[in-house]
Amino acid sequence: MKFGVITFPGTCDDTDAQLAVGRVGEAVPLWHQDRDLQGVDAVIVPGGFSYGDYLRAGAIARFAPVMSSVIEFANAGGFVLGICNGFQILCEAGLLPGALLPNTSLRFVFRQVNVEVSDPNTPFTRNCPPRLSLPVKHMSGRYYSPEPVQVVLRYAAGENPNGSQDDIAGVINGAGNVLGLMPHPEHAVDALTGSADGLTIFESIRAAVGDRVATGTGEGQ
Amino acid sequence: MSDVAAPHYRELGLTDYEYGLIVEGLGREPREVELAMLSLMWSEHCGYKHSKKLLKRLPSKGAHVLLGPGDNSGAVDVGDNLAVAFKVESHNHPSAVEPFQGAATGVGGILRDIFAVGARPIASLDSLRFGDVGESAHSRYLLEQSVAGIGHYGNSIGVPTVGGEIYFEPSYEHNCLINAMAVGLASRDRLISSAAAGVGNDVVLIGARTGRDGIGGASVLASAEFGEDDANKRPTVQIGDPFAEKKVMECCLELLDRDLIVALQDCGAAGLTSATSEMISKGGVGLDLQLDKVPLRENDMEPFEVMVSESQERMVCVVEPRLLDQVLAVCEHWEAPAVVIGKITDTGDYRILRSGELIGEIPVPLLVDGCPVYDLAPEPPSAPLYRGEPARLAADASPAETLKTLIASANIASRAPVFEQYDPVVQSRTVRRPGQADAAVLALPVLDADSGAAGKPIPGIAITMDGNGLRAAVDPRLGATEAVYEGVANLICAGAEPLGLTNCLNYGNPEKPNMAWQLSEGIEGMRQGCIDLDVPVVSGNVSLYNESPDGPILPTPVVGIVGRLPDVRYAGSSSFAAAGAGAQIALVGELHPVRAGSQLAKLQGEAPVGELPAKDLELVCATFALVRDGVRDGVFATAHDIAEGGIAVALAELCIGDVAAGAGLIGARVELPAGLDPFGEDLGAAFLAAGDGDAIAALAATAKAPLQVIGEVGGERLLIEGLLELDVAGLAAANADGLARLLR
Repeated sequence: MKFGVITFPGTCDDTDAQLAVGRVGEAVPLWHQDRDLQGVDAVIVPGGFSYGDYLRAGAIARFAPVMSSVIEFANAGGFVLGICNGFQILCEAGLLPGALLPNTSLRFVFRQVNVEVSDPNTPFTRNCPPRLSLPVKHMSGRYYSPEPVQVVLRYAAGENPNGSQDDIAGVINGAGNVLGLMPHPEHAVDALTGSADGLTIFESIRAAVGDRVATGTGEGQ
Repeated sequence: MSDVAAPHYRELGLTDYEYGLIVEGLGREPREVELAMLSLMWSEHCGYKHSKKLLKRLPSKGAHVLLGPGDNSGAVDVGDNLAVAFKVESHNHPSAVEPFQGAATGVGGILRDIFAVGARPIASLDSLRFGDVGESAHSRYLLEQSVAGIGHYGNSIGVPTVGGEIYFEPSYEHNCLINAMAVGLASRDRLISSAAAGVGNDVVLIGARTGRDGIGGASVLASAEFGEDDANKRPTVQIGDPFAEKKVMECCLELLDRDLIVALQDCGAAGLTSATSEMISKGGVGLDLQLDKVPLRENDMEPFEVMVSESQERMVCVVEPRLLDQVLAVCEHWEAPAVVIGKITDTGDYRILRSGELIGEIPVPLLVDGCPVYDLAPEPPSAPLYRGEPARLAADASPAETLKTLIASANIASRAPVFEQYDPVVQSRTVRRPGQADAAVLALPVLDADSGAAGKPIPGIAITMDGNGLRAAVDPRLGATEAVYEGVANLICAGAEPLGLTNCLNYGNPEKPNMAWQLSEGIEGMRQGCIDLDVPVVSGNVSLYNESPDGPILPTPVVGIVGRLPDVRYAGSSSFAAAGAGAQIALVGELHPVRAGSQLAKLQGEAPVGELPAKDLELVCATFALVRDGVRDGVFATAHDIAEGGIAVALAELCIGDVAAGAGLIGARVELPAGLDPFGEDLGAAFLAAGDGDAIAALAATAKAPLQVIGEVGGERLLIEGLLELDVAGLAAANADGLARLLR
């Protein structure tokens, strides 16, 4: 299967995401100015500092030409995973509810944290163990939503690194095909670099795409 | 013609003698733009006029050296047709004035040096010094802001910050040290020179517009002592934009990948002047620069301002006219502005034209090599230069109390509160993060599902930065030698063999005899360390005039060393937990710990005076070989060298382990050899731990260095027989809180 990985100017974790999805499928680089998603089966909006994040994180990237294609793709049921800056972009683009506020410490934070899978029945978590060790690294990761949201991932008790509401680390949209999370599964795909737990998220997506192909329920590209 | 008043050149940092040389070289008085350019190129920062002669003494040749001093960055061969480029540079003076931007642009500048030779930056490290953060709110401010600045730049541009060191001493109160090191990776054949070539070729400026920021930074800030009016120097500090640099970096790397440019150089200190003149000097050519082509932030800038501005995120490249369109297209793709600002000539002159009018013309040799170099007049001080601090630990404190105080002291406390503000994992190469081993470890090949398949090794590099001002204050020569030994020991504990060294020599005013003595002794000591351990110096930087009205900084030679290890899967860890409960603890090497310049002496209020122990080179080399091979062969999962704080602190650190990653916290029971001061300091020995006792015994039987099993890993307490017994959780909490409480 093909994972599209978007690169905006200022994206940093795009090559990491390409390497990660390359372990379970084929990585297809997507450029911010291209509207063509090249027939990918899932889209990864990776982390980094798109456009420098000098405004609100993700606020400019949502206007990139590629994002209108991603919105169409998501609205048609395609799987979209936003990681860190990608999560911020998906919130800004309206594909996910809520917003990511500056960390309560007002500092950038890097930490290896334990994340609990509170919903194992999503296309993104179906192959995940109950608890994942993943790194977080961000300046604005404090999730906030005034409305109830569908939480898929939570920081383990006492490990919330940014003050996010109800320890929320990742949320999914109502249709269940767009997930955003602050921790970095693409930086947890090899025990040598700290953890391989994140790989299960990409394996989950592959399995979900495989099911769709098997049952003929396409995502309508 | 004499439109420059005589005192003006003195304001620009030139002496009467130097000005005379300029007039003689030009055959006339310099014009304003010429004088500005010459004063910067002849400043200490660019011209190294007080250190050049000494620096030549450092060994720079070695079997693995690909690029040495004089290039934008040094580079070593790491095998498999790969080259690793690395360099350290100081940004001390700007950071003392404006810590966030000063530190940020320090990182940005050193990264440009790395991609200027064609290497993609894959890691950065920082060696930092501040005043006593426990006592000084100003030093806490400098620490917080410079750490935030380093994170701002490194995190945003996507280069992992994988290591470094931080120490606090009162002498750095008004003159903090920010030494940034960057490491890059390239295929051997893609390393590029900065030498301009090809008469008629275009000179292209890529990146940011030129503004009034950083005017005279190199001469005004970096080449003079601090005085009373430093707030007024804030406009000389540059502002960093990591997003702009990210685009420029990707653009330059693609230009090199596609072989579209002849030469590349970054704009650092002294901006366009330094960048272009060094390129044409190396290439033995001339340049006609069209000043009005340089894109400006403010239209009314004077020619001299344009020429010396240190606006960040700018690169200069030389392009054959037939490839110009392709170059400009790549720049446009990456949204990196690019314009042709001049042409390479065969005149041997640097000519500046504005609207067709010649407004400056300097022979390139005068500009680049005309700066006189001075002999120092070194003189050892007749009395100690540095005082002790107020005592914080009673002389009769128990060993347990002493260890608890040491482990929580600002110089030894966990660095996690700082390192967790940096991204150490981006680019997916980091096998050992800060806190996990004595050196950072990065895999060289891209890691994928097939990595290490069928037992195939995964080669990597280990990187460290080290320096110890207290020890160098005790003995400037041996202290500098120790910095090399300590850096190499750190690599060895990770299982790596050193390939090359970069240094940053931070000293006071070299025009003062005592400071000149510290500097010349320091270079001699570093030379000795490099020769002893066979580590060539491939790049470096000198930062002088680190003085304030309160006095000079401690002499602070800092080294950054890169080594290679054959298989990162066997990289050593600095925690007993890596070897696990039941593992045998071995002490390898011979120590002669002394209190002079030790962390304990500091806490007891003693001045850094006394004598440092001499090193038995043969024994140290045998020790290093044993540790390196034992780690590489997988016998020892744990290796940690004994350094600051001495034996007891090293054992405590091994028990505490990598708290940040939730791995660690395991006890140990050891019996030290008789007569070893547990709190004195020396280098050249290490603690190892291995689960396989038979393997240790086998090694001990054949080892050329002393290796003795002194205890076992396990339980929840650190027990040093006859000395102390402490709960590891308590030690870990004290260690974690030591710096964290100052940063809240």
